[in-house]
Amino acid sequence: MSWIENRFEEGVIVTSLDWAINWGRSNSVWPMTFGLACCAIEMMAVGASRFDIDRFGAGAFRATPRQSDLMIVAGTVTYKMASRLKRLYNQMAEPKYVMAMGACTIGGGPYFKHGYHVVKGVDLVVPVDIYIPGCPPRPEALLEGLMRLQDKIRHQTRAKSVMTKAKEMALA
Amino acid sequence: MAPEEICKLLKTEFGEAIEDAVVEGGHPYVQVQPGRWREIAGFLCNDARLWFNLLRSITALDLLADNKLACIYDVMCIPLDQGAELVTETCEFAVRVVVDRDHAELPSVADIWPAADWHEREAYDMMGIHFADHPDLRRILCPDDWVGFPLRKDYEFPLEYHDIPATTEYELPNPRH
Repeated sequence: MSWIENRFEEGVIVTSLDWAINWGRSNSVWPMTFGLACCAIEMMAVGASRFDIDRFGAGAFRATPRQSDLMIVAGTVTYKMASRLKRLYNQMAEPKYVMAMGACTIGGGPYFKHGYHVVKGVDLVVPVDIYIPGCPPRPEALLEGLMRLQDKIRHQTRAKSVMTKAKEMALA
Repeated sequence: MAPEEICKLLKTEFGEAIEDAVVEGGHPYVQVQPGRWREIAGFLCNDARLWFNLLRSITALDLLADNKLACIYDVMCIPLDQGAELVTETCEFAVRVVVDRDHAELPSVADIWPAADWHEREAYDMMGIHFADHPDLRRILCPDDWVGFPLRKDYEFPLEYHDIPATTEYELPNPRH
């Protein structure tokens, strides 16, 4: 994933390092301002004082992909937008995460069958970490999605993955 | 001015160019010949008795059964400008222009009503109606490399767009209702 991933064997030092890095990463997820449709209104509500995503350290919405860790794809992704979305994803620095918020983003939603212009799921364009169903999802649902993402980040490890080990075995 | 009077005035001015007039109901309109539409549009906009100085919308219709396309121009009169001495209250009217699907070309009225610029681009984008002498006739909503005109009734859905699979019913490019 990033420069530090897949470098170490498992052990006490790596585990402690993992804990420290994951603690930092999971508690300062900076989302990118990427509202595309009505889901963005709920995302704004989550950013505001009543729901307050800042309680989870994810309130610093950045207007540039270079400074953000999380892309909350909030709204209908059209084919015209898909190329822009992919470019923004590629511009984000590692580690990066994508949250698919709402029915349109998960699988086309109400435009699944008769929408000539809507991507049938944003996972056809970029890899998605968390899916949040709803049309649009309640702010609580987005917070739940963020907490699940934090769980996911907390379980990351810098140790060599099974795949890397298998590749090394095959080369040796 | 009442719809009946508008129809009467247009008929005396343009005669044969007015193909049909519907004054009953909530949406009175006249149907005009496409060849003389520009002339009539200029008259609607500039005549002191009518003073339809605002184009509210252009609706494009697909009359697939008759092999025709239609544009409906909704115009409105707001008697605030100078020159509108003969008009005292706001008034709405509509004009319908029907063209063949095979030669879907209409004269542009973007220089008469500036609002027509983007509306005509949208009608071109969605229905494939070409507007002659339009200042900038490009697609307005779809990407520039989009194939086909999506709101035509015989439009076939794309099977993929830039390597993104695009249909939910494979080998059925036209979804069944």
